[in-house]
Amino acid sequence: MLKQRLIASIIVKDGFAVQSFGFRRFLPIGSPAIAAEHFNRWSADEIFLLDISASREQRGPDIDLIAAVAAHTFVPLTYAGGIRSVADAVTAIKGGADKVAVNTAALNNPTILRQLAERLGSQCVVAAIDARRDQDGAARAFGAGGTQASGQFVEDVARAGGALGAGEILVNSIDCDGARNGFDLQLLSDIAAAVDLPIIAMGGAGMPEHLVAVLRLPGISAVAIGNLLHHTEHSLLKMRAAVLKAGIDLRHETYSDYRTHPIDDFGRLRMYPGEELSALQFSYHAEEAI
Amino acid sequence: MTEVTIVDYGMGNLTSVAHAFEFLGARTRRATTANEVSVAEVLVLPGVGAYPQAMEHLRATGLQEALFRRVIDDRRPILGICLGMQLLAESSEENGYCDGLGWLSGQVRPIPVPSGVPLPHVGWNSVDWRWDNASLSAALPDGAHFYFDHSFALLNTDADILATTDYGGEVVVAVAQDNVMGMQFHPEKSQNNGLKLLRGFLNLAAEYERC
Repeated sequence: MLKQRLIASIIVKDGFAVQSFGFRRFLPIGSPAIAAEHFNRWSADEIFLLDISASREQRGPDIDLIAAVAAHTFVPLTYAGGIRSVADAVTAIKGGADKVAVNTAALNNPTILRQLAERLGSQCVVAAIDARRDQDGAARAFGAGGTQASGQFVEDVARAGGALGAGEILVNSIDCDGARNGFDLQLLSDIAAAVDLPIIAMGGAGMPEHLVAVLRLPGISAVAIGNLLHHTEHSLLKMRAAVLKAGIDLRHETYSDYRTHPIDDFGRLRMYPGEELSALQFSYHAEEAI
Repeated sequence: MTEVTIVDYGMGNLTSVAHAFEFLGARTRRATTANEVSVAEVLVLPGVGAYPQAMEHLRATGLQEALFRRVIDDRRPILGICLGMQLLAESSEENGYCDGLGWLSGQVRPIPVPSGVPLPHVGWNSVDWRWDNASLSAALPDGAHFYFDHSFALLNTDADILATTDYGGEVVVAVAQDNVMGMQFHPEKSQNNGLKLLRGFLNLAAEYERC
């Protein structure tokens, strides 16, 4: 059975991995390559590398950044940020990315998705949509990191992306980004109803129950997690354990199994009761040699 | 130490494949010319991209002919991954009908899925290994997951079916026919399971050397 996916997002601004808040404020974290190394070890199903400086600096993909991140990952790497042409996408792929995600360029010229699909194959092309709701509540697509209003409804953009050959749709909520209050479930449901493609949800993760709510929606194939993964050892492993315990079908192939460990609502480990701690025995697990 | 020659026909990401084999201690080289293919011990045909373009690249660069000599005449082992496996088949219907290399029996067609099941088949799926071969898949845990990202699959094959998965029905995902092997998933992107499988492939290739 195909499993749903937990995707680790690494957002890069000016060469630093950052946390993002509403697409406007950013907190520096550190080296993108080290983040990738951790997420790979912590059993990420995929890694999403988003360079938010590329568009603003009007340049294509940073090959050194992609190569540095790819060097640590034995899981698929999707690259986004400043892909303006097929040549840019090929550069990213040759640098080490496995898929490319395109947002702004596709809003300005949707046929780029068809060109990318013809050159790289649909399975390599993710149509990324940044969504913001306006006063009337309608969700519209924005480019250039939330600064360029396209005026188009997200469902229309998603439908067009699918028709032009995108393999997956990535939906990021600008309103929910960094707020840790959960995802825009209505937005995701609306898009899932509009297209027949796997959908990746992004924007708003604060607690494991948010991930569970998203993954229970029909049509949602994956959830991309950003801010929440930083600052905590084994963050993604604990998220995975909490989501598995809620009955969501995820891959679980790691010796670090937190499913039997008490975890609080925020995904933090609870301390074992004293008697259990006293009874614990420790065994040594050598790193598996493949 | 085994040297793995990765065929570079301009389609996609060789880095992941090279990285995985190097992690396992093999030497890797990239072949872009017929000469480089002609001295290859073990060949890997990776691929991400569109079928007709890939076949055209192989033809135009002379790699197709060089591969024929090395694989069919000299019988060196070759592993096709994802699009690479599909290229080894007789034909594909991606972007219109196109002949493949024809070294694996079967045709590449859209994965037969019931309505409501989306394509591409993308993500981690559990794989059932049929072939009980100690060198290839014995190190894998039961129901080991591998990463898939494809809309087309090999149908109607007479090759040995090594593994299948379930996506809207049974899908053949690994086959072997003499010295030609194909994997529809991406072992180089399937973390430890993938690495173990590639270790198995290297072991098989080394056994092949000794025969």
